[in-house]
Amino acid sequence: MQFRINGQTYAAEVDVRTSLLDLAREHLGLTGSKKGCDHGQCGACTMLVNGRRINSCLTLAVMHQDDEITTIEGLGAPGALNPLQAAFVKHDGFQCGYCTPGQICSATGMLDELAKGWPSHVTADLESVTFTDAEIQERMSGNLCRCSAYPNIVEAIREAAESQHLAEAAE
Amino acid sequence: MKPFHYARAGTPEDAARAGAVAGAKFIAGGTNLLDLMKLQVETPEQIVDISRLDLNQVEETEDGGLRIGALVPNADLAAHPLVRQRYEALSRALLAGASGQLRNKASTGGNLLQRTRCYYFYETGDACNKRSPGSGCAARDGFNRIHAVLGASEACIATHPSDMAVAMRMLDATVATQLPDGDRRRLSIGDFYRLPGDTPHIENALRPGELITHIELPAPPPGRQLYRKVRDRASYAFALVSVAAAIAVEEGRIASAKLAFGGLAHMPWRDGAIEEALVGQAPSDALFATASDTLLRDARGYGHNDFKIPLARRVLIATLKELTA
Amino acid sequence: MSDSTTLKMDVPVPASLLDAGTQGLIGRPLDRIDGPLKVAGRATYSAEYALPNLAYGFLVQAKVGRARVTGIDTAAALEMPGVLDVVIDLDTFIRNPQQGGSNKAPTQGVEEIHYFGQVVAIVVAETFEQARDAAARVHVALEDKPGLFEFDARLEEAHKPKGGSTEPHVATGDPDRALAEAPVVLDAVWTTPSQNSAAMEPHASTAVWEGDALTVYGSYQMPASDKQQLAQALGMKPNKVRIISAYVGGGFGSKLGIAPEVVAAALAARKLGRPVKTVMSRQQVFDATVRRSNTHQRIRLGAGADGRLTTVVHETVSSNIEGEEYFEPAGVSTHFLYAGENRRITHDLLPMDWLLSGSMRAPGEAAGMLALEAAMDEFAEKLGMDPVELRKINDPEQDPLKGVPFSTRQLTRCLDEGAAAFGWKDRNPTPGARREGEWLVGHGMAASARSNHLQESQARVSIGADGRATVETDMTDIGTGTYTILAQITGELLGLRPEWIDVRLGDTDTPPGAGSGGSWGASSSGSSVYLACEALRAKIATAMGCAEEELTLKDGRAIAQNRSVPLSSLVGEGLSAEGTIKPGKLEEERRQASYGAHFCEVRVNAVTGEVRVNRFVSTFAAGRILNEKTARSQCIGGIVFGIGAALTEELVHDPRSGRVVNHDLAEYHVPVNADVPHIEVHFLPERDQFANPLQSKGLGELGISGAGAAVANAIYNATGVRIRDYPLTLDKLLPGLPTV
Repeated sequence: MQFRINGQTYAAEVDVRTSLLDLAREHLGLTGSKKGCDHGQCGACTMLVNGRRINSCLTLAVMHQDDEITTIEGLGAPGALNPLQAAFVKHDGFQCGYCTPGQICSATGMLDELAKGWPSHVTADLESVTFTDAEIQERMSGNLCRCSAYPNIVEAIREAAESQHLAEAAE
Repeated sequence: MKPFHYARAGTPEDAARAGAVAGAKFIAGGTNLLDLMKLQVETPEQIVDISRLDLNQVEETEDGGLRIGALVPNADLAAHPLVRQRYEALSRALLAGASGQLRNKASTGGNLLQRTRCYYFYETGDACNKRSPGSGCAARDGFNRIHAVLGASEACIATHPSDMAVAMRMLDATVATQLPDGDRRRLSIGDFYRLPGDTPHIENALRPGELITHIELPAPPPGRQLYRKVRDRASYAFALVSVAAAIAVEEGRIASAKLAFGGLAHMPWRDGAIEEALVGQAPSDALFATASDTLLRDARGYGHNDFKIPLARRVLIATLKELTA
Repeated sequence: MSDSTTLKMDVPVPASLLDAGTQGLIGRPLDRIDGPLKVAGRATYSAEYALPNLAYGFLVQAKVGRARVTGIDTAAALEMPGVLDVVIDLDTFIRNPQQGGSNKAPTQGVEEIHYFGQVVAIVVAETFEQARDAAARVHVALEDKPGLFEFDARLEEAHKPKGGSTEPHVATGDPDRALAEAPVVLDAVWTTPSQNSAAMEPHASTAVWEGDALTVYGSYQMPASDKQQLAQALGMKPNKVRIISAYVGGGFGSKLGIAPEVVAAALAARKLGRPVKTVMSRQQVFDATVRRSNTHQRIRLGAGADGRLTTVVHETVSSNIEGEEYFEPAGVSTHFLYAGENRRITHDLLPMDWLLSGSMRAPGEAAGMLALEAAMDEFAEKLGMDPVELRKINDPEQDPLKGVPFSTRQLTRCLDEGAAAFGWKDRNPTPGARREGEWLVGHGMAASARSNHLQESQARVSIGADGRATVETDMTDIGTGTYTILAQITGELLGLRPEWIDVRLGDTDTPPGAGSGGSWGASSSGSSVYLACEALRAKIATAMGCAEEELTLKDGRAIAQNRSVPLSSLVGEGLSAEGTIKPGKLEEERRQASYGAHFCEVRVNAVTGEVRVNRFVSTFAAGRILNEKTARSQCIGGIVFGIGAALTEELVHDPRSGRVVNHDLAEYHVPVNADVPHIEVHFLPERDQFANPLQSKGLGELGISGAGAAVANAIYNATGVRIRDYPLTLDKLLPGLPTV
């Protein structure tokens, strides 16, 4: 099987049962994506597949041979963090760090959804989406953080989004 | 997870044929199926991947309704301009469910087929007539806080977990399918789902291999719509009680009322008697009390879920007040 | 050349070198030095080491509450492709995890099943998928036994526990008589449920043997004692065991002691001659690691009409597996938090066939203050007093139980400053009086207190010929900020920028550290680093030819007597020193604790009973704050744990089997982002010279202590409904809400 991850092509022979998450972690050495629950209940495994955030634990690797997959490793490196990653460091948007790659991948996808004007559960008027902390909180609720860095995560995302003018794009 | 054969289907017809084999299951988003397969609650021998079928459009129908491809992801359906404009309850139900990641993956057809969150269904060591017919029901005398208060049976007190399906039921959706023999059929959502009775393992009217291809919505009902969900945390939790509603008031009287409920039963709950009681009447506290009495006339709690009865009553009354105000 | 300095805290340290440093690092809100690795997904957690020839283990559980294993049929599993072995060792497998800090193996032997989900075997296969499936096909034959699954009806069977870090029963004065005579009395019972730490990283161990030596890559809070526990469980000498826990994905108590997966993985790896990786599934973490015990707490308070407490009685019962004597020290802060010359605080223990109970974030205070601080709220109402005022007038001069002075205690100032920051005076004290549409709005407060502990800890600090420093200790950073704080202390004392310092943690081949637990981590390991640096400063002074007091170290240079030379020029081929801190007499001679005050606003939906925490303001005094950013994060994290305890968190045990019914993250509800408001945290300036040379105190568990009670008290203010049975889920509130 062949996979496109972070712009590179990987070849691996895996069991059909192998999740996209386990493919990355156990077969390709991409351990940035985390396994917190293996059942879509925590968000630590969040990856971007064709630009959309998904729980990589709840999908089979074999189903993604034609997809463009992005993991945390594809967003930035320790010496070259992207603005969102840098904002997480600045605002202490994590403690133990285990949920963090998932939070950052999720936030990346989430900001794209906001930019497209997708509504959320807290959107008052479905036709008009605004960029608020409540929107960030609701949209990031699929990513548990037991250290509970939530307020700092919201600050980090807000700052990164504002710096990228994504807020305006969403309005 | 047990080993299985994996094949990708090229057309709905191929999929239905492949799915008719004993032990076969379709996979689209996979968000519920893989969850259950990891725990061996589901043990398919054959997985038919339908995720690449061309069933992901939302089209307007001639009668002013919508035809929704079974593979349209929940997130896309919630954000679709026509859904937002005309079917607010559906958009809101979808957005109240799961998480952004799951909504990106979960399909419209798969959402209808979600299985219960009953704790005892999920644990293969426990008695569960739904998972293992004839083994009993561990929930009745166990911890049943999330269980049904309407339409349950001796065999099963599980609830259906979907938010979307509740809105679909309120909106009188029709489920369109492809059969393995090449035929197609259409089922009203009310006929699609089943109450548990003696066969809680049979949850819907689908035949072996029958593939949901579309969900069709008639033109939107008159009046204002809402979806209200009550849950244990602010987000990312299943409904304890939910209601999808569309109510029209004309000249001081209720002209149209459509109501469906989640969290109460084995299927999204709809009770024509409530709607009959409401239509033609002027909104009043007494009327709303009657409506809630009607909804809960046969309600029965099993201990931990007793609270759902007063909760459903309160939510219904608040919903009626809001939509008739 | 290495040297060592040991300090036992028998006398205070009034002058800390941290105040003499000129690097300007201490207290500053520096970004975490491990941050870039974590946000880029490059920090290596326990299950992420690429090892050759790795095999995958999956644990087999007995799915019954109380039984005896009569046989294990492995035939079906062994026939499956990729399966290497099913390893069974009913004598050596551990029945349950060990408590933190113990140097002994936990209870071993798994033939007797004492809780649902107990681990009895491990399947090893070439891949994870093969091992997981095969584990489901191992048949464990069991002979059922009657079990202890009922708590409430058996309360009278509770006994005084034999062990524990807190004295189980304490009393002073004559509380029964004082209660009988008190003009105002409160007598009520609170209950709290079992809880799970639910650290995001599941317990995981990879075991690798080289000859008779074992290396484990694992997720541990206290590797130094975990190594001892593991060695004893495997019948090995501790020096043959090495644990590596460089990054730990959260612990909150659940990773203090070793858990079943490591012994299973080690035995399997030894048998197979291959490295074996075993990650517990999330369900297994819930089933078979450790819970915070449920509690039953009766509190009786007696006071005069003026609100001055004469009597404080706090009688608690928690639960554990029969023979496991750890109890939840729920009354630990009741010992000293408020005045009252007549006191009785008891902890009894009820045997249950439920999974092990042990320490979870703020063991004692977290559960106990849910009751005590709710009781104080009720008592204030009874007395017609402001709850802040009631606490202030009962702020004692000295420890009311032991009669010893406090080290530092700023409870009253926390209450005053917190109240001012929150705007407490503007609240409406009448319950149920403020409504905005469907939402009832209420305000509540609670005090916070967490005992301060110092734990023996050792570290080595070296300066290389290049002038860079290396810190080594097997202390861990479980999200607490240890990497950063140790770099700050080292940088301050040696005059180095943080980027010139390598901090190496979590490897038991380095000096044994305190480990992360009990909020002692930063103070204990930081003090050991301080002492090592102090020794290095003496050596540098010698090399510089000056007295230590004359020496200034800044930006990599040594400055004294109008000379400034690069540090690297003074260290030759390198200098190294070890520091050891030990608790001493001050532990007994001073009551040491951190304090705080929580204030919050909640909204309760008048239709549904759904609760939203709207605003949270907390003020803390915890000695010197070492890093304002990580300290704040710790406090926020604790407060959110408190919100979860108040509103949603409950491990539900099936009444027939003790099984944790809601053993996943979909149904065990930890707070999500949308549950958590902006949280305002203030620190009062404080130095505690009795605590340690850093003059700092514990912080990681202070936030949770009392936080949940503030929420409960606010719910009462919003609705007029008092619920004493945590968590305060909407089903409990519904009967007291106004009609729709």
